[in-house]
Amino acid sequence: MADVMEGRVIVEGEAEGELLVSSQPLSFWGGYDHQTGEIIDRRHPLSGQIARGRILAIPNTVGSSTTTAVLLEAVRAGTAPAAFLTTCTDSFLALASIVAGEMYNRPIPIVALSLEQFKKLESGAHVTIGKAGTLLLNPGSRPAPAALLG
Amino acid sequence: MHLTDHDRALLSGDCGPAARMAMSIIVRMGEIQGATELLDISQAHIDSTIYMGEAGLEFAERLAKLGAKVAVPSSLNVSGLDECHWREWSVPEDWASKAQRQMVAYHSMGCVPTWTCAPYQTSMAPKFGQQIAWGESNAIVFANSVIGARTERYPDLLDICAAITARVPALGLHLTENRAGQLLIRLKDVPLAVQQDDAFYSVLGLLLGRLAGQRIPVIDGLEAVPAEDQLKALGAAAASSGAVALFHIVGVTPEAPTLDAAFQGRAPLEEHTITMQQLRDARRELTTAAGTKLDMVVLGSPHFSLAEFRQLAPLLEGKQRHQDVQFLVTTSRIMRDLAGQAGVLAPLEAFGARITVDTCVLATPMLPKSIKVLMTNSGKYAHYAPGLLSTQMVFGSMADCVDSAVQGRVVRDDSLWQM
Repeated sequence: MADVMEGRVIVEGEAEGELLVSSQPLSFWGGYDHQTGEIIDRRHPLSGQIARGRILAIPNTVGSSTTTAVLLEAVRAGTAPAAFLTTCTDSFLALASIVAGEMYNRPIPIVALSLEQFKKLESGAHVTIGKAGTLLLNPGSRPAPAALLG
Repeated sequence: MHLTDHDRALLSGDCGPAARMAMSIIVRMGEIQGATELLDISQAHIDSTIYMGEAGLEFAERLAKLGAKVAVPSSLNVSGLDECHWREWSVPEDWASKAQRQMVAYHSMGCVPTWTCAPYQTSMAPKFGQQIAWGESNAIVFANSVIGARTERYPDLLDICAAITARVPALGLHLTENRAGQLLIRLKDVPLAVQQDDAFYSVLGLLLGRLAGQRIPVIDGLEAVPAEDQLKALGAAAASSGAVALFHIVGVTPEAPTLDAAFQGRAPLEEHTITMQQLRDARRELTTAAGTKLDMVVLGSPHFSLAEFRQLAPLLEGKQRHQDVQFLVTTSRIMRDLAGQAGVLAPLEAFGARITVDTCVLATPMLPKSIKVLMTNSGKYAHYAPGLLSTQMVFGSMADCVDSAVQGRVVRDDSLWQM
């Protein structure tokens, strides 16, 4: 059975993919390899995971203001996440998405969730994001490794 | 969102295609963030100068080709290249030519070629209360907290849009009511000698970033009077481990003459205590290398100041680095020249230290692969290097860094931290 969640659209768009979730914020500069889509912050719970083409759920970004430039590179290289789920209006993610729209006509959809909704997300689930910010969640076919739930 | 006639002119292309592109990005961001209007800024610091790859270069060159000109004095952050000395290092030719094209693009828009992440230590430092649009996380937190200028955390690509239009969404830290402290952080039983140590500020910053996230922390109970470079280290670390854009220190920073003023009369949302044990643990975490093997010491993130050169010179005097350990200081051309004029570069040269300007080891691929273990006194370098450079990291004081470079292996004086 698919779960349904109504999120708040930050940047509109449709996306579909496997969910990658962490309750820890991420800096993309020093935290994301735009050539591969790997999360490379070795202190982050998602270190070593490939976020390319997946739906990346993090509460917000932290750290360097170069986060947006890294994400724009990732969009151009085709290594960016397919969409973001957050718990706030993260201006860094929003800007990267808007500029990706302006430069490459490929904005990244961003949907903000409440903390309660965010807590229900599990890595490995299959998510479909609709234009109005509606999420359809289907449990993943394989259990998420415990390390990803942090 | 309310737009003025001038805003509409920018948006409609009356002021040229570059201003139209910049303004459309500013307005969309304002709408997403829920701003009701825009406000004027009178200065900018552009972090988009860092070369990351094709996309950032295409963005810069598109704006330049459209005839973009900045409308306010705009300093430039570090670039992806030490323009005059990159051939002395392992920077690939292809990278160098593209990074240089990106430098030329921003230069052509009328920006001031400061090429530094510490613009607040140059003549382009803003004034108290000035509305500015700054990029570079460490510069943002310094401008807001230590100077009392007003900037949001402007991400790369938005900073140049603000500089071209001189307009930003009127929200966040631009507005007085949003600058009140939110978290109260009390220091508990931290000896004065520790509070006076440079490393304390990097370590405290790391903890502060983790505790505060995006919120505004207020530190109470600091007995020492921190130097400018100590506040610089504190902010840089807090803006690395967290998203801190403004902190207050009661009795030290300009918007916090009293605890009550720091919170604008409101109650803290949370209270936290920082103990010596937490500081010890955080300091330990900044070191990822095991053992005493060392390849290179690197100082200067944020860029080394004249005061830091003056602090380093006597530590090196009459000594020489071990042949197996390189010693690098990253700074701006301005500070290097000032340090030369102040006569404090000679001991560095005699020691065998090298200086890189315009950039830093995190922003340009200058280090050869043989460099596997780095040592630094910078909380920011220690935080980012393991991910960005895949190197092991040792965190120590400036004196520890010098001693280690002389002995050719990691040596640290931990006595202060065992108190």
